[in-house]
Amino acid sequence: MSGSPLISLRGVNKHFGDYHALRDINLDIRAGEFFSLLGPSGCGKTTLLRTIAGFEDLSSGTLMIDGRDMANVPANERPTNMVFQSYAIFPHLTVAQNVAFGLRRDPRSKAEKARAVAEALEMVGLAGYGARAAHALSGGQRQRVALARALILQPKVLLLDEPLSALDKKMREQMQVELIRLQRNVGITFILVTHDQEEALVMSDRIAVMFEGSIGQMDDPETLYRRPNSRRVANFIGKMNFLPAEVLTEAGGRVTVEVTGLGKGEITREQAPTGAPSGPAVVGIRPETLTILFEGETTERRWVDGVVDEVVYYGDMTYYDVRIPGVAEPLNLSMRNVIGRPVLEVGTPTRITWDERSLVLLDA
Amino acid sequence: MAAGGFISDDGKRAFRALLPPFVYAVFLLAIPLATVVVVSFQMRGAATGEWLGGALPAPAATALRIMVLLYAVTLPFAFVLIARAGQIGRVIRFLLLALPLWVAALWLSWSYLATLGFGFGNYASVFTDPINIRGVLRDGSWLPGLLPRSLFVSITVTAATVILAYPIAYFISFRVAPENKSLWIFLITIPFWTSYLIRIFLWKVILGYSGVVNTALTGIGIIDEPLTFILYNVNAVIITLAHAYAPFAILPIYVALEKIDRSLKEASRDLGEDRFTTFLRVTLPLSVPGIVAAVLIVFIPTIGDYVTPELVGGSGGLLIANRIQSLFLQVNDPGLGSALSLVTMATVGIVALAFILSLRRWLKRL
Amino acid sequence: MKIPALRIYAFIYLVFLFAPILLLPIFAFNEGRIIAFPLSGFSTRWFEALWERPSLHSAVQSSLIIAVLTSILATIFGIFAARGGALANFPFKGGIIGFIMLPLVLPEIILAVALLVLVTKVLGLAPNLYTIVLAHTLMCTPYATSILNGAFANLDRSFEEAAMDLGESRWSAFRLVTLPLVMPGIVSAMLISFIISLDEFIVAFFLSGNVTTLPVYIYGLRRQSDQLPIIMALGTILVVLSIVLLVAAEILRRRGLRRAGVEDSGGFL
Repeated sequence: MSGSPLISLRGVNKHFGDYHALRDINLDIRAGEFFSLLGPSGCGKTTLLRTIAGFEDLSSGTLMIDGRDMANVPANERPTNMVFQSYAIFPHLTVAQNVAFGLRRDPRSKAEKARAVAEALEMVGLAGYGARAAHALSGGQRQRVALARALILQPKVLLLDEPLSALDKKMREQMQVELIRLQRNVGITFILVTHDQEEALVMSDRIAVMFEGSIGQMDDPETLYRRPNSRRVANFIGKMNFLPAEVLTEAGGRVTVEVTGLGKGEITREQAPTGAPSGPAVVGIRPETLTILFEGETTERRWVDGVVDEVVYYGDMTYYDVRIPGVAEPLNLSMRNVIGRPVLEVGTPTRITWDERSLVLLDA
Repeated sequence: MAAGGFISDDGKRAFRALLPPFVYAVFLLAIPLATVVVVSFQMRGAATGEWLGGALPAPAATALRIMVLLYAVTLPFAFVLIARAGQIGRVIRFLLLALPLWVAALWLSWSYLATLGFGFGNYASVFTDPINIRGVLRDGSWLPGLLPRSLFVSITVTAATVILAYPIAYFISFRVAPENKSLWIFLITIPFWTSYLIRIFLWKVILGYSGVVNTALTGIGIIDEPLTFILYNVNAVIITLAHAYAPFAILPIYVALEKIDRSLKEASRDLGEDRFTTFLRVTLPLSVPGIVAAVLIVFIPTIGDYVTPELVGGSGGLLIANRIQSLFLQVNDPGLGSALSLVTMATVGIVALAFILSLRRWLKRL
Repeated sequence: MKIPALRIYAFIYLVFLFAPILLLPIFAFNEGRIIAFPLSGFSTRWFEALWERPSLHSAVQSSLIIAVLTSILATIFGIFAARGGALANFPFKGGIIGFIMLPLVLPEIILAVALLVLVTKVLGLAPNLYTIVLAHTLMCTPYATSILNGAFANLDRSFEEAAMDLGESRWSAFRLVTLPLVMPGIVSAMLISFIISLDEFIVAFFLSGNVTTLPVYIYGLRRQSDQLPIIMALGTILVVLSIVLLVAAEILRRRGLRRAGVEDSGGFL
């Protein structure tokens, strides 16, 4: 990945009448990265994508792609190509005609174009499908045609608008892997819009989490997961338990907090992504970082006793809700199902422990 | 997305796309209709020509007349604009100053128009002429007024058509296999696309004294004398129109029935109703929007039909549209014809509105 | 249902609908001059008689010219209206569309009166062929719009955007993607407008001046009961023509839906 960003947004705002869809967006996307825009419905992620593509104008701010200001550049002249949510495969053309659509004004000979089409189809795993009628394809096949159609034009950026939402679970997982592989092979920048946090975590180099028109946090998946900078982001990506806490002291990079229900603990500065607030705060703990101590297990870490409130067996994991004294809501834990480890029943008294290094300190 | 008057780019494009047909409709529909309204006030032979400014040279007189007319016409708009700007004091001051002037301008304009032959004379004639509403005694038999008679015919045709149409719409929607439905609909609409005039001729032939029905019936021996009550009177008009407008009635009812969730009928049966009461309590009320549409689609055009009455209605079967036609093309009194048309339209509108309002309980769902 | 009462009713109803039309060929090929049973034998002389009437030929010619021009104009307006209807909303959009569709619910005589007044009083023209074309276009545009609304509604909005994303301008995107996909609707709209214009009587009569259209010609024969069989023959030809065009329109409409891989909603209207 080279030095200066391929796509750069500064102070981008978009209004639809009174509705403020994009609020002061600042964003850099590097060449060759797999970047995702993640967020709930209505957060503006699709609007942002369409702005980059050229289907929406900016109300204010600048958008630069490859060093060029895109201010008056219409969609058909930008170095971007888009895979639409509905795939938009032209039903009156064959697969090959669809893929070749963008080559209409290309000066190459018919034979060269045909070869390019064949290569593109092979790249997406649809070799030999050229003569098929486009309206007779399945959802997954249509998506591949859409990919081939876009990639054959060798854009600098490929934009994908919720490409997997129309597929069933198995197909989705398969396509996730294929998209990653494709991006690595082709080497261009992919920008993906999705509301599915699992998808974003699996495929992306970096993710921008958006709420209500602004970017909440922009980081690589691991940082986003382990060090969310707000309750909102924490809650959107995976599950998290939140406990009221109080910051007691802070010295030399170590912060002492009193956590309701769990008692006193010590965390490092890195575990407080928004800086260490003084006074009341909230501590977040991911379910997989809480552990149930079964019969005969011991620990050197701090522990607390509680009662099992709810059990959900999931095959490879079991999810427990455990009530501990002093805390209103039960804590959510996930435990891997291992041979010899029993599945506890509701009402069983149990002991839980946790790793202090996995705590996240957030604003109240 | 359109938040209070906001138009997106796509909205602007939509507006530009709709502009050509809309402008065409304005020129060919709105302006003519407005002209009809204007013409309806023009009484034949009543123009006297002199008014305001008669002593002035011609251009000045014209200018004066135009100014007075413009003033009278634009004043209400000015008033509305100021009222919207919302300052009560200004509005009241405006009224005090402008109102007398406006009344004067209005009176002057009216007297100007009167010299051109404008007035309410046509409308007076429409309402007082016994042909139109009260009815006349002719050759010893009573002919009801054209307007009430036309309304009666239209209402009867509408009732007959819609009532006959409902079962077949129900049949296609609930009893026909889905893959055949559009075929049935297609079959139903075929008669509509064949020449209207020819269909009327056919009915004339079928219902005539020595026509198909009579020769067939006498041939088989069911009757001895040919039937005379089936042609050249109102009955023939009703039969012919019911046949012609049948598809118009079937389609809206069919569409409404299609929209009904099938599980509603099943739920009703599950709750204890039998087929018939299910129909009365569930299906029928939910199909009311379709019935209303069917009624309107049949009722409104049938008022305006003059060909059918002329060809199969005989002299006793003439309807208001025939009078309108003769006023325009034979008597050459477009003013009276326009006035009669507008009164007819207004009557139709009132009847239709009354019908819709009486059923609004079942239409609220929309 | 044990007694198929509804089914019986449906068939009787269909017979009632089609019976008059089926009589046409029966009496068109009937030898006798009187339209009544019993039939007097097969003959094609009425069709031959049609051949020898110059006034009929000019009426046919006028009707055809008017119908062709009308179908082209009404369909073009219909494309504009349907496209505008399918795009985003703006204030008063419903009103504008409603106004374009207004001729559908106005009694024909009101339309005829209004247009006659327009032509004679406002424009000061004598009614002629082109005024009839204008009138018929006004009346057929709502039908064309209605058919094309269906065609445009089935179109995914992102098709045009995808075409533009791939390098086309808005106009060439429309030309290369949208137009081919609505083409069956366009052809349907043209055929329907053609049939409507061909059969239209009331307005054509009001505006007929020195031009006679086919329906007006037929109307002119009404007093001559000995001409009735000729009308039967003419009617037969017209009916067959209309049905052929209608069937063609329906086949095209279904083919278009099939090509776009879309569900059939059952009919034009």
